[in-house]
Amino acid sequence: MNRFDYVRPRTVAEAVAAGAQPGSAYLAAGTNLLDLMKIGVARPARLVDLNYLAGLDTIEELPDGGVRIGARVRNADLAHDLAFRRRFPAVAEALLSGASGQLRNMATTGGNLLQRTRCAYFQDTASACNKRAPGSGCDAHGRENRLHAVLGWSKTCIATHPSDFCVPLVALDAIMEIEGPEGWREVPLADFHLLPDATPERESVLAPGELVVALRLPPEAAGFAAHARYVKLRERTSFAFAVVSAAACLRIQEGQIAAARLALGGVAAKPWRARAAEAFLLGAAPAEAAFQQAATIALAEARPSGDNTFKIELARRIAARALRLAAAGTPERLPALPASPFAPLPGGLHG
Amino acid sequence: MSLSVTLTINHVLQQVELDDPRVTLLDLLRERLDLTGTKKGCDRGQCGACTILLNGQRVNACLALALSHDGAEILTIEGLAEGEALHPLQAAFIAHDALQCGFCTPGQIMSALGLITEGQAGDDPERVREGMSGNLCRCGAYRGITEAVVEASRTMAGAPQETAA
Repeated sequence: MNRFDYVRPRTVAEAVAAGAQPGSAYLAAGTNLLDLMKIGVARPARLVDLNYLAGLDTIEELPDGGVRIGARVRNADLAHDLAFRRRFPAVAEALLSGASGQLRNMATTGGNLLQRTRCAYFQDTASACNKRAPGSGCDAHGRENRLHAVLGWSKTCIATHPSDFCVPLVALDAIMEIEGPEGWREVPLADFHLLPDATPERESVLAPGELVVALRLPPEAAGFAAHARYVKLRERTSFAFAVVSAAACLRIQEGQIAAARLALGGVAAKPWRARAAEAFLLGAAPAEAAFQQAATIALAEARPSGDNTFKIELARRIAARALRLAAAGTPERLPALPASPFAPLPGGLHG
Repeated sequence: MSLSVTLTINHVLQQVELDDPRVTLLDLLRERLDLTGTKKGCDRGQCGACTILLNGQRVNACLALALSHDGAEILTIEGLAEGEALHPLQAAFIAHDALQCGFCTPGQIMSALGLITEGQAGDDPERVREGMSGNLCRCGAYRGITEAVVEASRTMAGAPQETAA
């Protein structure tokens, strides 16, 4: 790990002033940043420690029916907050399917959104990587790339965004609140992460010094609570990143889908909202034919970036399964294996 | 800023001077305070061998910068037994043969303590397995570990103990 200066701001204003200095990185839990520093991928000159900031650590019910989650709220605290879990069960399920109990106790809301890709070539400083070293090339092309992107990738980068949490959040129209040297602004999560195009080193719209202080879910997001699920396929049962995942949220009225949300994880450099599939589901009967067709639409643009053609069909099936599970209804209690395809379907059917 | 942290470690208040901001809680415990019960496995948050309780919650000490936790309360495996009396989890790990080489055991036990405190798994073996998935055991003692955690969970809840299967 490189040497660094260490600063400990007490207010957001102090943090932003320190964070705007060249070479600064914000430190929240450190579950991702310290790991990347240990392997030499991140080499910040200065760590701005957010652990002594006043505030940003509460879950706030808003008068309009939405919720505001401070950027320092821990993943476990959010997932286990009873009121939050009741209103946004797919978000809780996604959180509980990610990482381990230890990491969820540490990892923060803001940090999860800003976590870096798990691409092995990004993490290996001996490999070419346009994200880590712009212009150096991409060693993932033509090598070990079976878990890489099938949507939104470019010649410069085929890495995926590893977050589970972001997938239901983007489906539910989450909004980021950001403080920065130029003041406060908000950005929809759907527009927050950037696709690689020619500049894969730019992963979000954050300008230097900008700090995510909170995220909000709008009141409409709670309207899906009765039919909201997250499904995540992993290469082992637990404590693994998604090969592919999907969040599905439905509002069903009089035997018809009155509103649908569908987003995919593990397929692109950002959580992938499947808006065309959502539009197709509107007014349809919540049944297998519609779910299959919607899932096919969701992956219509998908193209392999390497040895990962299989991910397209897997993602299609996981999307259809998420819709099927959402239609069956949010379970009273999350399954022992949250989001697992091996969890039984409510009503006795096996998943 | 002085690079010092004040921590309550295993019920004892200690001030530790740091000569370098890069020290993690894991290195602080092992290298500065000779509390080597907490193990360094992967040092990257993937194996769980370094699990401690930080303000009552289980965390990976390898990914926690010591400077970020001034004033915190830490419990390690060394602080678990009361004199010669083993903690119910320690006793259960012995009773159920929940280890072979023992390297992962301190982390397993501290993680199990955190899991039981969280109250999400109860004595359901499937929930215990999922809740313990952040702790790897290369000897593959998972069956014994699950049985031990289930039993300790019952003991600690004050429920009557069932005979181990």
